[in-house]
Amino acid sequence: MTPLFEFLLRQGDNALVLGHRTSEWCGVAPALEEDIALANTALDLIGQTQLWLGYAAEVEGAGRSANDLAYLRDVYDFRNVLMLEVPNADFGRTLMRQFLFDAFQVPWLTALQGSDDQQVADIAAKSLKEAQYHLDRSSETVIMLGDGTDESHARMKAALDYLFPYAGEMFADDAIDTAIRESGVAPLPSTVRTQWNETLRRVMNEAYLTIPDTTFNHSGGRTGFRHTEYLGHMLATMQTLQRSYPGATW
Amino acid sequence: MVDLVTVSEAQIWAWLEGVPDPEIPVISVVDLGVIRAVDVGSSDDVKITITPTYSGCPAMSIIALDIRTALAKRGIENLTLETKIAPPWTTDWLSAKGRAQLEDYGIAPPRAAGGPAHCPQCKSRQVEKISRFGSTPCKAQWRCTSCLEPFDYFKCI
Ligand SMILES: [Zn+2]
Repeated sequence: MTPLFEFLLRQGDNALVLGHRTSEWCGVAPALEEDIALANTALDLIGQTQLWLGYAAEVEGAGRSANDLAYLRDVYDFRNVLMLEVPNADFGRTLMRQFLFDAFQVPWLTALQGSDDQQVADIAAKSLKEAQYHLDRSSETVIMLGDGTDESHARMKAALDYLFPYAGEMFADDAIDTAIRESGVAPLPSTVRTQWNETLRRVMNEAYLTIPDTTFNHSGGRTGFRHTEYLGHMLATMQTLQRSYPGATW
Repeated sequence: MVDLVTVSEAQIWAWLEGVPDPEIPVISVVDLGVIRAVDVGSSDDVKITITPTYSGCPAMSIIALDIRTALAKRGIENLTLETKIAPPWTTDWLSAKGRAQLEDYGIAPPRAAGGPAHCPQCKSRQVEKISRFGSTPCKAQWRCTSCLEPFDYFKCI
């Protein structure tokens, strides 16, 4: 696998896994407006997945399509960060995760707009508009719930404490990131950490939430080395149709 | 070689004006700003470049199908539809006519200020946001506090 293919899988799998997780709320969210908001967010993410995995398939040149990559790969072929595959739990954790990811996506996609690879730059520019809108909403909701009732505050605190040790993986540079930087496709993910930290501090401050004092990071998702036990269960649901009826189309 | 062109690009644009957006049928795909280019080749081969509103918008495949159907009825057989995502679609590409049609239909048109100018029903400026998202990827939900009607607002991106 070339570094570019790996890079595109990381981009596409982040969008796909979070998109699928978010879609699990469809029909069961706490309020109709939130249900619609979550479904639309999921739809944006699945649209972005088609662009990233479509390009990944083209770069791979093995005759696979975006759908093949989404529906016919197994757990250890996925390259998403672990934070995005853990279960939704409650609405608070779902929105906290969305915020932690959006706060990364906005500076990251902004940087990718300057990629030497024109397709990467184009996909980033398209996705960025959606990511900005998502960040507006997720920050607003995190603040509202953090600065809400005792119950909502306690849930948001629990969500942040649970998710924070997963967030560092988004910035964990490795050899693939170095190769990608050398080819001019993207900067190192660690370069957007300062901006992420600033957004995090500002929003947590307004939400009356304390950023956990830990430097421990879960890892293994973006390399495919060690996914959580949850991803296999998620894929079982997400891929069942293509696994049971290979090649089925609308 | 004999020049076989019998259809003009202006004619194709005019026909496309008759293709409605499948989700908001009061405006055409041209007024929505998703048609980026029309090129007619030397033997009536037509290439249309379209751009998605939102990357996951499910209406895009319907729009492509509706364009094919509409042009096939006019005798255009050699049609290529190309999707381009760059530059990304923006609500700035909605035509003035399209904006007016949205308002008449009860959907507040997008504004750079980030919210509707007034209620599309009673024109009151007393409006409030219900949700940043709505029934399709391109809309948000607002409510008028004068006439109490909820309404769609076309998101500005
Ligand atoms: Zn009104």
